Amino acid sequence: MNGGKADTAGPLLLGVRHHGPGSARAVRAVLEEARPDAVLIEGPPEADALVPLAAEEDMRPPVALLAHAVDEPGRSAFWPLAEFSPEWVALRWALEHKVPARFIDLPATHTLAWEDDEGPDPGAGDDVRVDPLGALAEAAGYDDAERWWEDVVEHRGVGEGDAMASFTALEEAMTALREEYGNGGHRRDLVREAHMRLRIRAARREFEDGVAVVCGAWHVPALRRKATVAADRALLKGLPKVKTDMTWVPWTHRRLSRTSGYGAGIDSPGWYGHLFGAPDRPVERWLTEVAGLLRAEDRIVSPAHVIEAVRLAETLAVLRGRPLPGLSETTDAVRAVMCEGSDVPLALVHDRLVVGDVLGEVPATAPAVPLQRDLARIQRRLRLKPEAGERELELDLRKETDAERGRLLHRLRLLGIGWGEPAAARGGTGTFRETWRLRWEPELSVRVAEAGVWGTTVLAAATARAEADAVGARGLAEVTGLAEHCLLAALPEALPTVMRILTDRAALDTDVGHLAQALPALVRSLRYGDVRGTDTAALAEVAAGLAERVFVGLPPACAALDADAAEEMRRHVDAVHGAVGLLGDAPAPGHGKLRARWQSVLRALSARDTVPGVIRGRSVRLLLDDGELAQDEAARLMGLVLSPGTPPADAAAWIEGFVGGGSGGGLLLVHDERLLGLVDTWLTGVPAEAFTDVLPLLRRTFSAYEPGVRRTLGELVRRGPGTRGSTATAVSGTPGFAPDPDTARADAVLPVLRLLLGLDGDGGDDEGARDEPAGVTA
Amino acid sequence: MTVSVGPTPVDPTRNGSAPANAVPATASPAQTLRPHAEDAFAAELAALAAQDDRPRPARWRLSPWAVATYLLGGTLPDGTVITPKYIGPRRIVEVAVSTLATDRALLLLGVPGTAKTWVSEHLAAAVSGDSTLLVQGTAGTPEEAIRYGWNYARLLAHGPSRDALVPSPVMRAMAEGTTARVEELTRIPADVQDSLITLLSEKTLPIPELGQEVQAVRGFNLIATANDRDRGVNDLSSALRRRFNTVVLPLPETPEAEVDIVSRRVDQIGRSLDLPAVPDGIDEIRRVVTVFRELRDGVTADGRTKLKSPSGTLSTAEAISVVTGGLALAAHFGDGVLRAGDVAAGILGAVVRDPAADRVVWQEYLETVVRERDGWKDFYRACREVSG
Repeated sequence: MNGGKADTAGPLLLGVRHHGPGSARAVRAVLEEARPDAVLIEGPPEADALVPLAAEEDMRPPVALLAHAVDEPGRSAFWPLAEFSPEWVALRWALEHKVPARFIDLPATHTLAWEDDEGPDPGAGDDVRVDPLGALAEAAGYDDAERWWEDVVEHRGVGEGDAMASFTALEEAMTALREEYGNGGHRRDLVREAHMRLRIRAARREFEDGVAVVCGAWHVPALRRKATVAADRALLKGLPKVKTDMTWVPWTHRRLSRTSGYGAGIDSPGWYGHLFGAPDRPVERWLTEVAGLLRAEDRIVSPAHVIEAVRLAETLAVLRGRPLPGLSETTDAVRAVMCEGSDVPLALVHDRLVVGDVLGEVPATAPAVPLQRDLARIQRRLRLKPEAGERELELDLRKETDAERGRLLHRLRLLGIGWGEPAAARGGTGTFRETWRLRWEPELSVRVAEAGVWGTTVLAAATARAEADAVGARGLAEVTGLAEHCLLAALPEALPTVMRILTDRAALDTDVGHLAQALPALVRSLRYGDVRGTDTAALAEVAAGLAERVFVGLPPACAALDADAAEEMRRHVDAVHGAVGLLGDAPAPGHGKLRARWQSVLRALSARDTVPGVIRGRSVRLLLDDGELAQDEAARLMGLVLSPGTPPADAAAWIEGFVGGGSGGGLLLVHDERLLGLVDTWLTGVPAEAFTDVLPLLRRTFSAYEPGVRRTLGELVRRGPGTRGSTATAVSGTPGFAPDPDTARADAVLPVLRLLLGLDGDGGDDEGARDEPAGVTA
Repeated sequence: MTVSVGPTPVDPTRNGSAPANAVPATASPAQTLRPHAEDAFAAELAALAAQDDRPRPARWRLSPWAVATYLLGGTLPDGTVITPKYIGPRRIVEVAVSTLATDRALLLLGVPGTAKTWVSEHLAAAVSGDSTLLVQGTAGTPEEAIRYGWNYARLLAHGPSRDALVPSPVMRAMAEGTTARVEELTRIPADVQDSLITLLSEKTLPIPELGQEVQAVRGFNLIATANDRDRGVNDLSSALRRRFNTVVLPLPETPEAEVDIVSRRVDQIGRSLDLPAVPDGIDEIRRVVTVFRELRDGVTADGRTKLKSPSGTLSTAEAISVVTGGLALAAHFGDGVLRAGDVAAGILGAVVRDPAADRVVWQEYLETVVRERDGWKDFYRACREVSG
């Protein structure tokens, strides 16, 4: 400790900006010079026991100190530390020099309890909060506090002159600020500062003046202030308490850059890391790194580009009156010189370098993460023990415990903890039943620890993970799958994000096929949601929107398709038809007439000549089944297609679309002999050379029918055209039926019917009774 | 070896590519339809030069800082108000000025109507005090317009000599150490563009016929403008691109700014075409601008719904022409009030450039956004009518 100065100045107070690389360098320089006997750091004192872990080999920043309430893992707080954080630098310095390092902030046991106490309403305090740096920057004529700080503090070269000078100057500025603004609206700061003062006092009793304190610049004047022990104690009296636990968790640069949630609010951790790590010429090195990245992505970037970018960045800095090019100057230079003015490659630079992909690591000896505790507690509550042996679990979702078990397993699967795998149900296939195959592998514990970065409870972690997955999902189908999963796992909080991404993806996807594939899954989710009593209004809205897009895109997408593509598109048409049918009942404001619009799309498809036969035929059939198209009209359309003007292959495809596959088309032909007659007439008229082309198509159509239907059809055809003629003339009856009911045969079922309906007399029921059985036995 | 062409005054009218009134001294600004920037804002430039105490690069009339102030506007210490010439991100101007200061050539890219030419003219006026060394690029621009040509009468009479040489604006700028401008660079044929490559990297222009060369004097630089959506005209070779620092001029940032630009221009055009004044057109203009912005940005104005973007540029200039067309329709064939029906056909034409893909984009937009929007019923119906 440099003697003379210490007498007057007391402990070495190093005011820093959290996560400021320049501060970190300055802190290291001062510590090297002053060699204190103890280092005190702003942070929860519960973490003192965890300090030695920071020295371990496999501890790699960015990491975070995590405090959580023992009985309530959901209540937690993070103190992220990056390589370039002054706090981390101080911690490492202390460990390297075998000097005790201690955290002196208010214990987490109070801060966590506090959050509960005051609830989510620090609003009044927030309004009057002054931004200390903002005020200083404004006084210096800067509009951006970050830039001011960078220019004045971070960009100062280290080594020349007194390393302590910048801290002293900053302290003076902060003192002036605090004289004006007092506690600046951070009421809790007074309590925290009182605690820090007490801890510093304790440390000074132990180490005399050989104590260095690393804390936010804002706190320095308050720590310098002389306050009586009694007054400080009084401030700390009666604080609420909650039992807490601490551990180290790995962190990422991306999470550091997040402004909300647990992020540290740094926009450019990668850039800061570079500033901290670069031994000299940071701008040149940075631009070389950028050039390397762009080259790896196959952009031509020559060293001449780098030279010009450096020159431009420096000129810009001069023009803007900054001592050194900062991130905004280098970014502008990269855009103008290396990216040809485009923001697209620039986004890559931002993602990979400015933010960066750095992932921290913590040693395996770090205490358990709260997620593990939460999982263990849920397992106990649900009586679902992790066992190494494989076993099957049947869940009846109507029972509360079983439903919760199912949700837990779904959530764990989302988190990549494959404890249970869904298996095919042995019993029924009802939506209220789930079958799982459970097996707890030892490595799943590691997975749980890894998943700890997502949150402190299974629910919170699964929600965060689902949201992140949705943002990163590539295909539309992936997102719909995720939406389904969110419903199964009951993650209502994640659903809005997933839905937003889903809408965006659907809006930008130009392939109708993708949309048509996504729609049924979504509609299925809707039904699941109904079963589980989830609020699915948002989902219905999205599904309806998706359907609209399909309606618009489908007709153009059906033109000019080859046979395989047409067959695939027919499946899409079927899928959409089914989905629209289900969706028609779901409430979706503003989308009332979905079914009607779908029918008009089908009508457009059936009438357009460029649409492949198989799709046209299927459209007519779907309309017919819905009762939107009269039998006569269907027959007319069929006659049109089967007339000699149409190429036989096209006609055969139409027939396949109309009656093919498992659509029950055979029965239609059996019952409507007029249609059968049309097919028959057409077939006999197909020229011999075309017949061989048509045959495979027809075989595919008719071989899929059940044997009974096939035989009936054969018999009908053998009976010959005479019968057909008579049905065609019978205008009065339903096509395919005799003009008059066969009363004798109908009477035979009357006794059974009477028994079923519980009727004694034979009153007026004759009419209904006659028709229905007749249809079945025909 | 090196000869300067500077001192000999050359009659620029002999050079096909230079504008007829290229010599400011001969044409009085009062008589011209549109005076040059350095004449129109001579007072501001003089005030800036008088108070500019910052270091100036060689042969610059103003310091880079003062050039930026000239473009972005501000108030000088003595109270002179500098009007803003360019309203847009400060960053754009700063990068452009810095580029010129580092003697790199500057390429201004942007869709029509983003003030590329305007910015380039004012930059040249502020840096060199002369915005007239201009090559107007066309598909027929010859190499002579960028290098040099010959006065054939002299050439035949006296043989090859410096007197028979007709320097291009670029050559003159090199000799004098000033700023040359090339407009519509992508319209110039690729082989002519290529003559810029070595010129920009070596900063010399050899004249093999005379065994001489012109070396650029310090202060020489070049500003080119190009339309970045006009793909397939004459795309710049990567070799040429490397010689330029590129600045993309963005479209107006806020809807209000764009509505303002559109209504102001529509008003001017309407008056020059003697269209009858149409009252209450502002709502329809706002609607056109909203549709253009939403489709261009691929997201609705409220930021909630993403959209597909059509293949057209949907520039502000096109919005202006849609509204003007609509005004003409309303004035001559309608009831004199600009209605949804008057602009619907124009919008359809601007949006649907590619009949297959863009039509889907447009219909999706109609069905998912327009149909649900309050107060847009008339517009939806009008669009459905013209879309068929």
